Amino acid sequence: MGQFLQQVLNSISIGSIYALIALGYTMVYGIIRLINFAHASVYMLGAYIGYFAMTYFGLGFFPAILIAMVLCTIIGVLIEKIAYKPLRNATRIAVLITAIGVSMLIEYGMMFFVKANVRSYPPMTGFLTKTFTLGSMTITTQQILILVVTIVLMVILQFVVRTTRIGKAMRAVSQDRDAAELMGIDVNSTISFTFAIGSALAGAAGVLVGVYYNSINPLMGMLPGLKAFVAAVFGGIGLIPGAVLGGYFIGAVEVFVAGYGNSMYRDAVVFAILILVLIIKPAGLLGKSTREKV
Amino acid sequence: MLEIRDLEVYYGVIRALKSISLRVKEGEIVTLIGANGAGKTTSLRTISGLLRPHAGSILLNGVDVTQLSPRERVKEGMSHVPEGRRVFPMMSVLENLELGAFLRRDKEGIEEDLTHVYERFPILFDRRKQMAGTLSGGEQQMLAIGRALMSRPKVLLLDEPSMGLAPLLVQEIFNIIQTINEAGTTVLLVEQNANMALQIASRAYVLETGSIVLSGEAKTLLESEEIKKAYLGGK
Repeated sequence: MGQFLQQVLNSISIGSIYALIALGYTMVYGIIRLINFAHASVYMLGAYIGYFAMTYFGLGFFPAILIAMVLCTIIGVLIEKIAYKPLRNATRIAVLITAIGVSMLIEYGMMFFVKANVRSYPPMTGFLTKTFTLGSMTITTQQILILVVTIVLMVILQFVVRTTRIGKAMRAVSQDRDAAELMGIDVNSTISFTFAIGSALAGAAGVLVGVYYNSINPLMGMLPGLKAFVAAVFGGIGLIPGAVLGGYFIGAVEVFVAGYGNSMYRDAVVFAILILVLIIKPAGLLGKSTREKV
Repeated sequence: MLEIRDLEVYYGVIRALKSISLRVKEGEIVTLIGANGAGKTTSLRTISGLLRPHAGSILLNGVDVTQLSPRERVKEGMSHVPEGRRVFPMMSVLENLELGAFLRRDKEGIEEDLTHVYERFPILFDRRKQMAGTLSGGEQQMLAIGRALMSRPKVLLLDEPSMGLAPLLVQEIFNIIQTINEAGTTVLLVEQNANMALQIASRAYVLETGSIVLSGEAKTLLESEEIKKAYLGGK
C-alpha cells in the first residue's frame, strides 16, 4: 500500500510535466491544426534558460522559472512568425515537415552552443531541500512545488481561456476560423497569443524537470515531447481538459509500468497506448466526432 | 450603400465570378439568386473579405473596402451570416452573441442589443447557457443572425438562411429578415429558394455560372416566364 501511494505521488509529478507540455501541443493544434514538433525544443530551451539563470546569475527558483517562461514566450512567438506564418495557406504536411525541421534546428543548434554533455541543475537550497515523511511515503518539496506550480498555471490558463477577450477569440478561432474572422477577430494575433501561452507553459515545464531530475541536455525534449504528444492525443487533441487528463494518465502509466512491471517497457507501453487510442477512439477520450446538424 | 463593380474572383485557374456588378441601396432588401455553383456564396465571401478578388472593387458607403480585412469591414458596418450558419458549436448561445459584438467597447450598447436579440428570438434567451452545437438547425440559424446583428451592422449579408430548414421555419426566418430590414438594416440576401427571396426583396439579381444574367424589380422577376421556368419550378 505504501509503495502504491508512493507511486501515485511520483506519477502526479511526472504527469504534471507531461500535462504542461501537452497543453501547448493541444492548443496549437486546436488553432492551426498543426502538431508543433518544435514545442518540445522550446521545453528544452526553458530548462536551459532556468539553468543559466540559476547557475550564472545565482537566481532562485521562482525568478528563474519566470524568466524561462518569458523568454520561451518570445521564442515561441518568433518560431510561429518566422517558420509557420509564411506557410499559412500551404498544405498541412508542408507545415508539419517545417515543424520537424525547426525542432532539429533548435536542438542541434543548442548542442553546438552548449555542447552535448549533460549538465546538472544547481542543488536546491533552503526549504526546497526538505523532505516530508507521511507514513511510509516520502514527499520532496520539489514534488509539492511541481504540483503547486502546475495547478497555479492551469488555473490561470483556465481563467484566460474562459473569461478574457483574447481567450474567447482563441476558442472562436479554434472552432471556426472563417466565422471568427467574420466576427472581426484578428486571427494572426490570436494564433501568436496561442503560441505564446503554450511556450510559456513548456518553459515552466522545462525548469520543473531540471529541478526534479537534476539533469538536462539538448536532446532532453525528444522523448517527453513525444509522450506529451501522446497525452494530448489520448485526451483528445485540441481539447484543453483532454491534455491535462492525458498528461496525468501517461505519467501514471509510465510510473506504474516501471514500478510494478519492467522499466524497460515503460516507453513501449506509452506508445502502444497511442496506437490503441488511434485505432479505438481516434478523437481521444474526451473528443467526439462532430456531425453536421440540419 | 453597397456597390460592387466588375468583381472577378478566381479559384486557382477557374474563374468563379466573371465581372459581376451589383448595387444595394440603403434600406433595401436585395437578393442574389441562382442555382448551386452559380457563384452566390463566392460573391458574399468576397464582399465580406474572406476571399480576395482578382479585379473589381467593393464600396461600402462610398468607402473602397476592397483591400480591407474582414475585421476592418466589420468596423465599417458589414456583417456576414455565412452559409451553413457556422455558429461556434462548443460555446454557449450567450458567448456566441457576445462574440458578435467582439469589436465593440460600449458595454451598455451591447447589453441593449443583446436584449433586442433576445426579444426577436425568445428561444435564444431560453437556451442562452446551452452549447450552440446542441441547438436545432432553425435555432442555429436564428443564433447566426442574432450574432451578426450584435455588431450593429448597416449592411447584413445573408447566405442561404433557408438552407436545410423545414418550410414552416423558412417562412419564420424570412419574416424575421423582413422585420430586421424594417428596423433599418440594409440586406443582401443570397438564396436558392428564389420564390421566397423574391417575395421579400425589392430588387434581385440572377447569377448563372459566375455572371449576372438578369436583374430588376423583384416583383417583375417573380412574374417573368424565364425566371418561373428556371428557378420557380413553373412551366
